[in-house]
Amino acid sequence: MTVLDERRAAPPQRPHPRPDTARRRDRSIRAWVRRGGLTTLLFALPMILVFSVYSWWPILQSLWMSFQKTNLITSQFVGLDNFVNVLSDPLLGRAVLNTAYFALLALVFGFPLPIFMAVLMSEVKRMKGLYSALAYLPVIVPPVVAVLLWRFFYSASPTGVFNTIIGWFGIPPQPWIQDATQAMPALVLEATWAAAGGSIIIYLAALLAVPPELYDAAEVDGAGIWRKVWHVTLPQLRGVIFIMLILQIIATAQVFLEPYLFTGGGPNNATVTVLLLIYRYAFENSLGGKYGEATALSVMLALFLAAASFLYFKATQKWSTD
Amino acid sequence: MKGKTMKSPTKVIAIAAAFATVASLAACSTGASSDGKVELRVATFPPGADQAAYDAFAVQEKQFEDKHPDIDVIGVEYEWEGPTFTAQLAAGSLPDVFTVPFTDAKTLLENGQLGDVTDEITELGYADKFNPIILDAVTSSDGRLFGFPRQAYALGLQYNRELFEQAGLDPDAPPTTWDEVRAYAKQIAEKTGKAGYATMTQNNTGGWQLTAQAASRGGFLQSDDGTTSTIANDGVRETLQFFHDLRWEDDSMGDDFLLDWGSINQEFAAGNIGMYTSGSDLYTALVRDFSLDASVYGLTTIPMEAGGKVLGGGDIAVIPPSLDEATKDAAVKWIDWYYMQKLLNEDAAVADAKALADAGQAVGTPVLPVLDQATYEESLTWIEPYVNVPREQMAGFIEHIFEQTPVGEPKSRTQEIYALLDPIVQAVLTDENADIDALLAQADKDAQALIDG
Repeated sequence: MTVLDERRAAPPQRPHPRPDTARRRDRSIRAWVRRGGLTTLLFALPMILVFSVYSWWPILQSLWMSFQKTNLITSQFVGLDNFVNVLSDPLLGRAVLNTAYFALLALVFGFPLPIFMAVLMSEVKRMKGLYSALAYLPVIVPPVVAVLLWRFFYSASPTGVFNTIIGWFGIPPQPWIQDATQAMPALVLEATWAAAGGSIIIYLAALLAVPPELYDAAEVDGAGIWRKVWHVTLPQLRGVIFIMLILQIIATAQVFLEPYLFTGGGPNNATVTVLLLIYRYAFENSLGGKYGEATALSVMLALFLAAASFLYFKATQKWSTD
Repeated sequence: MKGKTMKSPTKVIAIAAAFATVASLAACSTGASSDGKVELRVATFPPGADQAAYDAFAVQEKQFEDKHPDIDVIGVEYEWEGPTFTAQLAAGSLPDVFTVPFTDAKTLLENGQLGDVTDEITELGYADKFNPIILDAVTSSDGRLFGFPRQAYALGLQYNRELFEQAGLDPDAPPTTWDEVRAYAKQIAEKTGKAGYATMTQNNTGGWQLTAQAASRGGFLQSDDGTTSTIANDGVRETLQFFHDLRWEDDSMGDDFLLDWGSINQEFAAGNIGMYTSGSDLYTALVRDFSLDASVYGLTTIPMEAGGKVLGGGDIAVIPPSLDEATKDAAVKWIDWYYMQKLLNEDAAVADAKALADAGQAVGTPVLPVLDQATYEESLTWIEPYVNVPREQMAGFIEHIFEQTPVGEPKSRTQEIYALLDPIVQAVLTDENADIDALLAQADKDAQALIDG
């Protein structure tokens, strides 16, 4: 209303214009209103409010909490003490290494699989929908159910599901998640199974956008299937692959569900990840005494991921847009 | 002026909204219902309890409300979980009466997270009646009391009578020494293919059970005053060696070494475990929450070696520190009626036992007296007609528990030190070449650092 009133009162041409900056600002606000800015704001307002209350405000709160010693009832500012405590925790190095190991295994074995599957499925001529549905099925299984199911599969008993299967090939029973060296690869296997379907669907959608003429041209040039994949499909998927890669890195750096439900970080801390350590700080031992350390480590992880994502986008900007 | 007229409706709305929010919050926190009764939210059972448990509770709720018509009791599903406790306390979503284990009581009361009930306990005349060892768990450093000890237990050896029989063992003659436990476990594993013996390893329970079994061998984690860590002692070492030998020499501990309180109970109820150590009051939960077939249950005392003691524990009925006077008064009446009277008043004990038995709930599970032994044993005679748990299957425990010397849990940083010990138990069970001495030396150092804070 104020703005409308002012607009009505304003003469078409002012004999003594106000200073330039004020006039420009005034004009830009009016232009913004004329362009429908108020309506846009009104529409965006509920979302802004929801995000502010449930997302941005808690983020700011946790940032503040990382400088406090608090039990949620009483709080005390402690400066950088929480960060020092976290950095001097002997378990931190182990958690970082375990997380990196999980991310590496997921990258090497889990990342190419959906691309391969999607390319394969796009070549199928009949019952494409059925294959897509089958590939996506694990994604719709609730994660907790999936882990409980796999825990059963991973039974170290000679009669366990996986041990029976490998027994057919003469391989002796394995301890799976009951062994410090095998636990992490076992977790990655389940995580890959659970997540691959979502990635396959995205790659399949991206493959639809590849112009068929490119394949025709390649065929005319005498390219076989693998040369077509290498020289046409993969370059055309480049943008999607880059995005999926950074999303996977962020997701694996925050892995929690699998180590929490499968092994609780064991055996002997072999699957303690950064997020599990954050959980332990906040909830496991202290009856609420270490929320500060938990948020400090969360802040460090967020900063690390933000920096890594920034560098990644800088580095791949050229490749993904060429 | 224009600006002001623009702002004022917003202000009015904001003030009205703030007022409405504060008013609704205030209405929540006073605990007063519209009919003038005091609303009292009390803890009932953990999630998963069967309908019969709630039916029994409904009967007791009505009995109490008939006696106190000005109080409206509302049962709330509740399970003690350290992780969510502080968040619930901060959010005001804790019941007005709930229970916490001895293990955590000291930390909670020193943190100011429990309500002071010294005057109420004194007024009710309980202060001198409690077993002093148990009362210590709720006493602050300045002598104030922060809860009513309502139930205590000692660790016992749980065993599956059916697996004993299948293995050719006499279920009425459970093992009395750790060597016998080992021999029985081996026989069960060989004859049935199930785990002869198992132990908890996760979520701090690995440390808890290691502490209990080491105590039975005379090894304790801290000095009496809780200022010095003594983890690297012979009792702990022998216990870990015992696990190692059962796991790697006898192969009698099955295949799952990632077990906590819930999952080990589940495995036991499913008939996959021959023996394990846990609280003597476990029968109730095993039957109610884990569907154990009562006929296969057996309980005996933990074997004791020279200088050994039996680790105890228990529950305390407490209130949050933030209750208003009317709700606090109602809460104390509930605690007195629901938890305490049945321990020393025949009518109350019989009414409680009858309500539980009518709903098919366990009556007569072996516990340790929170008052004195004579009162406890007398109370058992009052409720005898209603006892429905197979106490003859628990004879090994019932007949010998008072011969054992109880000991409390470590005093300082209990849960954190248990958490330190979990990976050690896991290491011994999953790595044949785990260096027990090196692991204990490191744990001792880490525990001392925790104690020194």
